[in-house]
Amino acid sequence: MRFFKRRNTAKLPKLPSGAFALDRDGKVVVSTLPQSFPEAQMRDIGERVLAFFRGAQLAQMPQQELNVYYPSLKLTARSLRGGALIFLSPQTLPKN
Amino acid sequence: MGSTVATERSKILLVDDDQDFLEVYWEVLKTLPSGPAIHTASTGARALALLESEPFDLLIVDLNMPKMDGLQVIAIARRKYPQLKIVVWTCIADEQFRARAYGMGVEQYWQKPGSDQERQHLLDSVESMLQRDVKGGFRGVQSKSLVDLIQLECLSQNSTTLKISNGPYSGKIWIQSGELIDAEAEDQKGESAFRKILGWKTGSFEMMSGDEERPRAIFSSYQALLLEIAQEMDEGAAAHGDGLRMSLDAPSPLMGLTRFNGVQFVLSVGPEPRCEMKSWGLETPDHVSEWAHQSLKAFASLGDKLQVGQLQQITGMSPVNHVALAECRKGELCVGFRSTLRSDEVRETMRNILAKWST
Repeated sequence: MRFFKRRNTAKLPKLPSGAFALDRDGKVVVSTLPQSFPEAQMRDIGERVLAFFRGAQLAQMPQQELNVYYPSLKLTARSLRGGALIFLSPQTLPKN
Repeated sequence: MGSTVATERSKILLVDDDQDFLEVYWEVLKTLPSGPAIHTASTGARALALLESEPFDLLIVDLNMPKMDGLQVIAIARRKYPQLKIVVWTCIADEQFRARAYGMGVEQYWQKPGSDQERQHLLDSVESMLQRDVKGGFRGVQSKSLVDLIQLECLSQNSTTLKISNGPYSGKIWIQSGELIDAEAEDQKGESAFRKILGWKTGSFEMMSGDEERPRAIFSSYQALLLEIAQEMDEGAAAHGDGLRMSLDAPSPLMGLTRFNGVQFVLSVGPEPRCEMKSWGLETPDHVSEWAHQSLKAFASLGDKLQVGQLQQITGMSPVNHVALAECRKGELCVGFRSTLRSDEVRETMRNILAKWST
């Protein structure tokens, strides 16, 4: 009987930690994220970030920095001449 | 492998790509005192099909599976079946996955047992979760305060973990054989966490099984602590009586929120379908409301995509003013702050505002 734990061979993808920069058209210009993190996903994040900064401008409330908090990820973005510099920081639970 | 089926029995769905593991734990779980019906699935897709076809009480899922991994299964199951209890059983000890799983709303995160003792703890925990539904007891004890609940548990010499939620906050109180042994709330532990939790006026609670291995961090008796905290709260209420009355007498609940430190404006949009908008201190609420709504929607769906849990809060910082956006069951809230506040102050104040607003 195998009651006890075994090693899993498959690899579950981890959340990326790093930063990337987008130009004003949403194109990724530089990234420190691992290559395994798809560029399409970076663009997807970037679109939302750029929409936030542009929407804030239209609402007459321009913002320079954005922080988005999830239980296991913090996203920080800085507006950069129409583009953005975006940081992804995975979060862990506080230790007991 | 088949499944044991009977009416009135709890139903567990066990999901793992390791067939040996499924077979072993199908046998083991069957021996639980409540005699649950155990169903198994070796892929995420099969698990979702089973969930679609019949109701389950508990989903036990591995994380590491080919094609559709456990996090994907959890994300879909949590959205489609909010009442379903979910437990992760995995070999992965990585804190990041633990945080993601809890962020996505699982009840417990267990590493696959490495000893007889661990296996027994795990089975006790599963049984306790099933009993919560079977025994049920009286739910929604609305007229009782948290103090009453704690006294009740301590007087009954129970061992239990009370999980308490108050808007965006949550905390836990551990009681062992009728003794208050520890508490945890946000980043605080022990007595300070207990005081913080007792300060919450409303919320919901859940009783979980006791944790025998929890080290004791509170050494005062529960009676002494409760008495001390009650006195402090009475004195605090007397000292702030005027302020509290002003807040309660404010023309609208929204104006009550403007009493928080640094708040410049507040805008709330009620839940669909009415989407009733109220604002204070804003010249163009329509534009701001639209932008806040789109931003919350965009980042909530991003959270689903990345499987990082439910969006908690968005903050924007600028030299002119800061802004924080969040969503709760009462709708969407957008709050403007003075630019002198730091990022962490904006976040913490917004959490307090949300807690007040949602209660």
